[in-house]
Amino acid sequence: MLSRTADHLFWMSRYIERAENLARLLDVTYQMSLVPQSLDAINQSWAAIIALNSLEEAYAKKYSVVNGENVLRFMVSDPDNFASIHSCLRLARENAHAVRGTLTTEMWETLNSTWLEAREKTFDQLFNAGIGDYFEWVKMRSSLSRGTTLGTLLQDEAYHFIRLGTLLERADNTARILDVKYHVLRPQGDEGATDFYEWGALLRSVSAFEVYRKVYRDVITPERVAELLIFNKDMPRSLQFCMNSVIKNLDLISNSNSGETQRQAGMLHAHLRYGRIEDILEHGLHEWLSDFMDRIYMLGNGISKDFLVPMGEAA
Amino acid sequence: MNFYNEMMDAHGGVRAHYQGYDTWLKATPPERIARKRAEADLAFHRVGITFAVYGEEAGKERLIPFDIIPRIIPAPEWESLQSGLRQRVKALNMFLHDVYHDQEIIKAGKIPAEQILNNAQFRPEMMGVDLPGQVYAHIAGVDIVRAGEGEFYVLEDNLRVPSGVSYMLEDRKMMMRLFPELFAKHKVAPVQHYPDMLLEKLRAVAPKGVSNPTVVVLTPGAYNSAYFEHTFLAQQMGVELVEGRDLFVKDEVVYMQTTQGPRRVDVIYRRLDDDYMDPLAFRADSSLGVPGILKAYQAGNVTLSNAIGTGVADDKSIYPYVPDMIRFYLGEEPTLNNVPTYMCRKPDDLKYTLDHLAELVVKEVHGAGGYGMLVGPASTKEQIEHFRQLLIAKPDGYIAQPTLALSNCPTFVEEGIAPRHLDLRPFVLSSGKCVDMVPGGLTRVALTKGSLVVNSSQGGGTKDTWVLEE
Repeated sequence: MLSRTADHLFWMSRYIERAENLARLLDVTYQMSLVPQSLDAINQSWAAIIALNSLEEAYAKKYSVVNGENVLRFMVSDPDNFASIHSCLRLARENAHAVRGTLTTEMWETLNSTWLEAREKTFDQLFNAGIGDYFEWVKMRSSLSRGTTLGTLLQDEAYHFIRLGTLLERADNTARILDVKYHVLRPQGDEGATDFYEWGALLRSVSAFEVYRKVYRDVITPERVAELLIFNKDMPRSLQFCMNSVIKNLDLISNSNSGETQRQAGMLHAHLRYGRIEDILEHGLHEWLSDFMDRIYMLGNGISKDFLVPMGEAA
Repeated sequence: MNFYNEMMDAHGGVRAHYQGYDTWLKATPPERIARKRAEADLAFHRVGITFAVYGEEAGKERLIPFDIIPRIIPAPEWESLQSGLRQRVKALNMFLHDVYHDQEIIKAGKIPAEQILNNAQFRPEMMGVDLPGQVYAHIAGVDIVRAGEGEFYVLEDNLRVPSGVSYMLEDRKMMMRLFPELFAKHKVAPVQHYPDMLLEKLRAVAPKGVSNPTVVVLTPGAYNSAYFEHTFLAQQMGVELVEGRDLFVKDEVVYMQTTQGPRRVDVIYRRLDDDYMDPLAFRADSSLGVPGILKAYQAGNVTLSNAIGTGVADDKSIYPYVPDMIRFYLGEEPTLNNVPTYMCRKPDDLKYTLDHLAELVVKEVHGAGGYGMLVGPASTKEQIEHFRQLLIAKPDGYIAQPTLALSNCPTFVEEGIAPRHLDLRPFVLSSGKCVDMVPGGLTRVALTKGSLVVNSSQGGGTKDTWVLEE
């Protein structure tokens, strides 16, 4: 497969997955903000989203105060914010457009009509209609695009690059959601009634509320939530699940240059395969997650260098 | 002017080959038609069958309007068109081979040497280069119009990068999806095997000794007006769609950059003009092409389709000589008519043109796409005077032709169903001695009342084209 084609496929799937995860993160933050608490605490969790995406500067250029509506406006519909859901859906569509011949008709039509619909919606319309509905819509469109991929695409290299993009992005995003929420929730030390709703919302944001019940059959504790999202090998949005799949897809596309990238992926996978939540919490979850996100970033670079960026005549 | 109507005869009766459609149209409730037309619009948008218009906001995409009344051609009429097209394209390919080898046609005095050798489209780089099967224009899009019963004229032979075939295929798909009952009642000759036929031709002209050639489609990129078509054809043929930056040349061999390293490329269906193909040989500022590809091509290590330098045969200054080419190379009388053409570089022709501007169509010799032309009868005094100045300043840049009474066909427009002018572009595929085409082609229709310009860039639409077996 053409390197450039693989590159577009990889980024197409990353952007659609990123849009979905951003919708999930904003949704959980919005829901948590509805639970009675101080305005400060609420605005702090909105500020965390901006910080998480390193967008403080760009945000400050447009808005003087951090509050729910502003952050939502910025992260949902702002075309100038390259990290907004709007931009992600556009970029997913643009990447798909560049390789539409490689996609099945159903996949292309899904991404194209997602973008055409998204383009029509102004933020005020979305907000007044209930922003939660919009987040549901984004998740459904992402599911649809994943579904058409799984249901119609030949499972050859194209499919492997799409899966790689999806899983790397998801691993990164699950780590992010956990990182930002764990820190907003945990330092309070208050394990009273609101905690249940907040942790519940976090689990729901990665569709893991029922999964948690099934796996632990017990009350919700922060440690178990972290364990579930990091180590559960069967939960489609957990870090281990993502890395299992990354390893598998990377094996299927390996070439003569990709040895080092595969080794790095294997190391990261081993951490998840044989790690324990107790050890992570002892050394600090935030540090561990930051390190994990760095490694995911490096892995993305490695894949880019080995497969996606033309190697030139020398190769 | 009296125009030939494709559907109705001079007395207002429905022509035999439109009887079935007419019956269906009268029996179908207008609401259903309206619903189906809206459905078609929506589907074309969702599928993204769009084109970009040069001069409009960058990246903006428009739909080409699709009309649900088909253009129907009876099989016998198509048979005669087809044999005329075979003859014409065969002669054009022989002309190109001759021009770039022994130039017998010049020696025989049939075409003035300077018309060929000084033509901007003539590529001296191609002199003496031998091509597989001696074919230059593997894909030709010949524009044909009808003036009367059995009276067809060739307007243009597009031998560089003719486009539009994807609309031909998508229009058919759309008609079958909207109105399957019509196809149950009519024997419409299928066209969907075009990509297969194209792939077969491209494989047949691979460089010598390559038994299982790697074929690719080369596009200028996603912002090109015909990008949809490029992706469509690559996908339908199951070959890679590449851009210039995906290819490189090493030791006069072309490779593409893949996830498994470089891979050799044997046949390139390029949708990029000569000028942009190789910054080392042609326009140095082109970032769309592949440095060194001309050398690889000259060495016979890769096939370009169409060949470099085909423009010398479809240039409007060469067009008037095509009937002579057919006589010279094939020893046959041309089946298809040429439009009588005044070459303004000749003083007599220029004088005639200037005296009759209001009746003539004036075209730039090197223009294409309906840009830079004057349709006398449809123009204002100012426009005519403007062209008069252009002509006087640069007579050899223009040709003039009588305004043909282009046939028309009932078409859905705002005020209901009304006749609109149309043309036909069949896509003719050549490899070696073999010249093939799928029945019909792309019918383009000028949606503006009275307009004779059918180009999509000038607001033209398309119709499904049916070659109807008896």
